[in-house]
Amino acid sequence: MSLSLEQVQRIALLARIEISPLEAEATRGQLNHIFELIEEMQAVDTKGVEPMSHAQDLALRLREDAATEENRRAAFQAVAPEVEAGLYLVPKVIE
Amino acid sequence: MQWEVVIGLETHAQLNTVSKIFSGAATAFGAEPNVQACAVDIALPGVLPVMNKGAVARAIRFGLAVGATVAPRSVFARKNYFYPDLPKGYQISQFELPVVVGGSVTIQVGQGEAAYEKTVNLTRAHLEEDAGKSLHEDFHGKSGIDLNRAGTPLLEIVTEPEMRSAAEAVAYAKALHSLVRWIDICDGNMQEGSFRCDANVSVRPKGQAEFGTRAEIKNLNSFRFLEEAINYEVRRQIELIEDGGKVVQETRLYDPDRKETRSMRSKEDAHDYRYFPDPDLLPLVISADWIEAVKGDMPELPQAMRSRFQEEYALSAYDASTLTSSLEMARYFEAAAAAAGKANAKLCANWIMGDLSARLNRDGKDIAESPVGAAQLAGLVARIGDSTISNAIGKKVFEALWNGEGQSADAVIEAQGLKQITDTGAIEKIIDEVLCANQKSVEEFRSGKEKAFNSLVGQCMKATKGKANPQQVNDLLRKKLAG
Repeated sequence: MSLSLEQVQRIALLARIEISPLEAEATRGQLNHIFELIEEMQAVDTKGVEPMSHAQDLALRLREDAATEENRRAAFQAVAPEVEAGLYLVPKVIE
Repeated sequence: MQWEVVIGLETHAQLNTVSKIFSGAATAFGAEPNVQACAVDIALPGVLPVMNKGAVARAIRFGLAVGATVAPRSVFARKNYFYPDLPKGYQISQFELPVVVGGSVTIQVGQGEAAYEKTVNLTRAHLEEDAGKSLHEDFHGKSGIDLNRAGTPLLEIVTEPEMRSAAEAVAYAKALHSLVRWIDICDGNMQEGSFRCDANVSVRPKGQAEFGTRAEIKNLNSFRFLEEAINYEVRRQIELIEDGGKVVQETRLYDPDRKETRSMRSKEDAHDYRYFPDPDLLPLVISADWIEAVKGDMPELPQAMRSRFQEEYALSAYDASTLTSSLEMARYFEAAAAAAGKANAKLCANWIMGDLSARLNRDGKDIAESPVGAAQLAGLVARIGDSTISNAIGKKVFEALWNGEGQSADAVIEAQGLKQITDTGAIEKIIDEVLCANQKSVEEFRSGKEKAFNSLVGQCMKATKGKANPQQVNDLLRKKLAG
């Protein structure tokens, strides 16, 4: 498969990455190389092979349900661009 | 044209763990903004999620309660979208391999003659994290973000599109709400957002096999809004199609003030979530032993308890269903019935569903915090059962117990002299006095007016302050008037 320029622009939009038309063309080439690699892998017969969701064959470690974190709001908010009344302020977003 | 409504529900039940799903921050409701948002919740670079065992245990409980398959192996995935109350830029959820697969919830729809039972099949239930909250007002043109809720564990419970009316959807939501509280995995507080529904609604001509295009109504946090929103949406879609229009697949919000659903102006790629397995989390493995251990710890489920109540206490389906609407009420009933004796079980049921529920309602109290305990109510019911007091006097005793004017029904009856008069001689004496003072009624009765009889009974009861046995008064009075 080969990506169109529109598809590249759309992926960039979804990832909130700004790319110029020139960069889009270069990115398209790079992404297409990746897809070629994937195509090569997809050619392998994987019938009967269980899909892998993680590179390590281990089970998820679980922790006991206990509140162990202290309130460190002051430290976190000291590095935030803007805060008020304990809230992080961001450019207005309304759906 | 005859239309058929098709509804599927997605419910987010907030799991009542003390800490978050992937961090050790507290989950208590109502804290000051951002004091319960740790480095993991606000997504500082380099942090890693660590799964909360309590959240998994609750998912297993749910799976067992609905007769589903608890997956021996399930996988967490990233659901990617950008919004300021989701600081990672993705929500950790489950996609291809959820923790709970299948299962069903049985619902009772309607009342009386038209009532029917229906089984709603579940597609799946999966674990995920909640997002934070955005506050849009009053920050000089900016939005304020509170991340206390970010990372709170949710179980998203998804049904098959099997409901055919708003009434069925509400019955399902209520049954599910009762169930998650029953098995103690969610506090069910809808005002605080602990239990919220999204409704997928579509319509199709009756008899058509394919589904129509659906609209998803988001974040319905009351049963009334759920019902109103679905009914509005159904009308809107039918009118739209009948006017030659087409339903667009979209997300809508319900406005309870204007009683209508409105399209959320979202971009078309808002739903391109690009799920992929989260490399930070290994597969969740649940052993058969763990499932067995959780099974051993499960309370008797409402369905089973309903049948048992009908059999063991000879209650009607309606009574059994009302008494098992919450585990607290069911336990209260069983404690009362055990203390008052099985012969008084129906009387206990009547008192719990009648006077007690009404009084609790009036004071906005839960049955678990009732001032009249199960043992006290049983004592009262036992005295009505053995005719020490009448039902009417029972109400007086109940009120006294409610107000703490006595430790037991017996103590109140004794202190206030409420014991029923059953001595025939004493009652006859009172009747004689009443007959003497009410000659007019006596004549009216003798001339055939049955109403006059009731008035005389009333006078006798009044003269004994309600303490005479009404049946006895009836019998003796009739005898006297005949003689």
